[in-house]
Amino acid sequence: MLSLIVFLPIIAGLIILAVPSSQKQIIRIVSLLAALAQGVLAVLIWRAYDPSLPGITAAPGGSPLGSFQFVEKVPWIGLKLGAMGSLNIEYFLGVDGISVTMIILTALISAIGVLSSWTIQKQVKGYFILYNLLASAMMGCFVALDFFLFYVFWELMLLPMYFLIGIWGGPNREYAAIKFFLYTLFGSVFMLLVMIGLYFSVIDPVTGNHTFSLVAMANQANYLQDAILGPHNVMWRYIAFAVLFVGFAIKVPMFPFHTWLPDAHVEAPTPISVILAGVLLKLGTYGMMRINFPLFPEVFHASMYVIGIFGAINIIYGAFCALAQQDLKKMVAYSSISHMGYVLLGLAAGNSEGMIGALYQMFNHGTITAMLFLLVGVIYDRAHTRQIDKFGGLASYMPVYAAIVTVAWFASLGLPGLSGFISEALVFVGAFSSITTRYIAMVSVLGIVFGAAYLLWSLQRMFLGKRKPDAAYDLEVGADGHEHIHFHDWKGKIDLDGRELTMLVPLVVITIFLGIYPMPVLGMITSSVNKLVEVLTPLAIR
Amino acid sequence: MFELPSGAEIQSIIASLKLSVEFFIPEIYLSLLFMLLIVVDLVAKGKKNNLLSITTLLGLAGSIYFIFRQQTMPAGELFFGMYVLDEFAIFFKYFFVLSGILAVIITMADEQFESEVKSMGEYYALVVAMVIGMIMMASSADMMMIFLSMELVSFTAFILTGYFKRNPRSSEAALKYLVYGGVSSGLMVYGFSLIYGLTAETNLINISSALSQHGYDPVVLILATLLVLAGFGYKIGAVPFHFWAPDVYEGAPTPVTAYLSVASKAAGFALLMRFFYIAVPHGGPVYEDIIGINWVSLLILISIASMIYGNVVALWQKNVKRLLAYSSIAHAGYILLGIIVMDAFGTQATLLYLLSYFLMNFGAFYVVILIANKTGSENLEDYRGLGKKMPLAGAALTVFLISLVGLPPTFGFIGKLMIFSALLTKGSLYLWLALIGIMTSVISLYYYMLIPLNMYLRESPSSEQKNMNPGLLPNIIMAALMFLTLYFGLFFQPLADFAKYGSTLFGLKLP
Repeated sequence: MLSLIVFLPIIAGLIILAVPSSQKQIIRIVSLLAALAQGVLAVLIWRAYDPSLPGITAAPGGSPLGSFQFVEKVPWIGLKLGAMGSLNIEYFLGVDGISVTMIILTALISAIGVLSSWTIQKQVKGYFILYNLLASAMMGCFVALDFFLFYVFWELMLLPMYFLIGIWGGPNREYAAIKFFLYTLFGSVFMLLVMIGLYFSVIDPVTGNHTFSLVAMANQANYLQDAILGPHNVMWRYIAFAVLFVGFAIKVPMFPFHTWLPDAHVEAPTPISVILAGVLLKLGTYGMMRINFPLFPEVFHASMYVIGIFGAINIIYGAFCALAQQDLKKMVAYSSISHMGYVLLGLAAGNSEGMIGALYQMFNHGTITAMLFLLVGVIYDRAHTRQIDKFGGLASYMPVYAAIVTVAWFASLGLPGLSGFISEALVFVGAFSSITTRYIAMVSVLGIVFGAAYLLWSLQRMFLGKRKPDAAYDLEVGADGHEHIHFHDWKGKIDLDGRELTMLVPLVVITIFLGIYPMPVLGMITSSVNKLVEVLTPLAIR
Repeated sequence: MFELPSGAEIQSIIASLKLSVEFFIPEIYLSLLFMLLIVVDLVAKGKKNNLLSITTLLGLAGSIYFIFRQQTMPAGELFFGMYVLDEFAIFFKYFFVLSGILAVIITMADEQFESEVKSMGEYYALVVAMVIGMIMMASSADMMMIFLSMELVSFTAFILTGYFKRNPRSSEAALKYLVYGGVSSGLMVYGFSLIYGLTAETNLINISSALSQHGYDPVVLILATLLVLAGFGYKIGAVPFHFWAPDVYEGAPTPVTAYLSVASKAAGFALLMRFFYIAVPHGGPVYEDIIGINWVSLLILISIASMIYGNVVALWQKNVKRLLAYSSIAHAGYILLGIIVMDAFGTQATLLYLLSYFLMNFGAFYVVILIANKTGSENLEDYRGLGKKMPLAGAALTVFLISLVGLPPTFGFIGKLMIFSALLTKGSLYLWLALIGIMTSVISLYYYMLIPLNMYLRESPSSEQKNMNPGLLPNIIMAALMFLTLYFGLFFQPLADFAKYGSTLFGLKLP
């Protein structure tokens, strides 16, 4: 099942390869079908998932696979290396509470991304091949339990992303694309060295060989005492933790490694922005929860403070930057940075509340930010500009659009009753109850205020009031005596059309539903997060 | 004065030679092929057809059978210790024959040969001669033999480089190659003479035992090592012996460039490994000379310099062939990392890296030729918009370049993974070397991506509709190379096992 959900988009990509490039509609439909099939599989996984099994690592004496579900484990490569024993790589997939929500999120956002890509007219064939490759790689990252396999999927995302930004992007796309590529590669090559170091430090308890299995690596009992990343090599363990953390933090993106993100978002076409903000950023924090923290729990415990401070910087710095933006998309990009700061803060708290909040925030941020970028795309398609001060009074001419924008904007600033509120509240509950992050949390609360400021201010400038003299649209008095809005060279419907509603309404429903009743998600993740917190807590404190 | 050998002695020498010949069949076969090609050229004079190239291809493919038969033979010394037959040599025999075959294939695709030269004449014969030379380089176990085989390779390479006689760039490249080659092999021979002075031996294994039994003057040995390194460094194109590489790679006919950058470089590495693993002592502090450096430290310096210099200077290149020349300097640095580790795993990693380099570099040059056939240019600027006009070529070149960077899921990634793994098995000793390696590979991403950037992200300035399809056969070969690069990136077990097989050297027990 997991293999299918991972490789469906690649299969679709291969089918598209055989379709002549003039058949644009067929190409789009094949992609959509693959995404929908992925969605069906995600729902099946969600329904069949047993929330009582924690996953994370294997219990001593229990099954070596741990309590992962839907496990697929096949030997992939087994090399004899002479004195060094052998090199064993496994095709090892599995799901636990940390990844199950991410699988659902990825399937959802991929499908919405395909719909949003419907308007792409340039080189449709190439676009969808790359898009499907990207979708497969993202899904693969979330289900891989072998570090080597994870790394392959992780790097596989880079090239499609580079081309998707670089070919279908805005005017400054070359710069943005290579910047994205170099930044993320820089983070991940160091991960490669840590991966090799871990391999030589960890022994699979069953076979006695070295292993790339993340399940085995998450159990400190499997480490060789004197290996390079063994428990005796304290210095190297700290360095390895830091290196991995930077690698994942670049993806999050965490200040000061965030500068690629605004550039990438501004240049990327709307669907790619949606994917980037909706799924890719989550991979950074997912990597921390799956790899970085459980493999080096004692280092995590010692550096919670630092992570919390960076989280707070992200929250406040991102909010300030967003406040200063004239470009709506750039503002949303910075708000993304700010909101990922909550995830970092929740992780830094190191307790169940904080971690659950962080994971829930990852899911909510995925849906909410996807909505924000889609909405930015809607107005950009019509007006060909994203300058906030080129609009004004839109609410009276595009009521449906304005309504959805309001929901999305309020969800983003954390209004009670919408999903963002619950996750942010949980993060703060966690952060306040941990002694380490208490004071950091106090400072971070300011971020909510600034967040409200830039969101409400932009809402006011764009949707309320009257048309500005230099606005990006004209007003005409129609036959019925009412004023109608008229965008230059826009032929389509002024307010949201059917396709746009199909993309946005499910997200709105999810946002509202999970704001009122969060248990479907929280119930799935709780036991895994509790287990993770247990793994992360040093024995002395337990 | 020498005493003339007695009759019985001559009889025993002849008997021993006869015995050795049995283990020398691939080389003899290839020499016969070389002569056959000259005859075929005489017969087919003036006719432009594929007779010569097909004969070469079939002939080279035939030699694989004889090499395969050697796999069951016992490892040992031939011709009084001049020559060895071991797994290491057999690995390289396959390697060189396959690179000869690929060189012929990509020569057949290159249309520049049709306009530049009247007849292919001795070209294919020289390619075969170079295969023979390289095979002998990988099998030599004696300093005399090393020198002879190296010169055989060098001289054929000089002629091949200057094969476009009327093209001044080609002739200039050949002359530069010749001058640098002459100087560096002179230095190498001087180094050999010093070693002979220290040990009174020319056989590598005997040198090793003489050095460890009788001791030596460390200053003289390190000087000799340096001089010998000049010769090997020239062959592998490593800094500071790289000065010829950019000009020669740019000026030479592109198939020759590809052939030199893969096969001749690999031959240099084969020799370097055999010579330094066996002849020069290493390991204990006893062998460290007075200034505290041994040859491993020398290789470390060369490797770092090559990785940094090659990757950084490549950033400014505007010509794709020149860019790949600098990249090949950098790759020499990466391959040296595997040799520095000095154990069986490191050797295996080195050989696997050479295999990956073989695929991706030949592939990249092949696409460069196909593109040059259509556009007549190798400048980065002229690659603009090619991704749309030549979709398969664009995709294939991107895969090869990604593989050269070392990103999964390509074979190049596996090569880098093995090299870095080998470094890290030594704990934190060589960690900093691995760090330099990965940092420079991030730099390399920038210039490799310049090519896809021009192909896909930029529009072609001219909108003329020209048939850009390279043809059926080139498309198939290109797709096959691309597929193999990806396939071995995911399922590299057979090749890694093959590299493991090849990492056994006669007369040496690697830890």
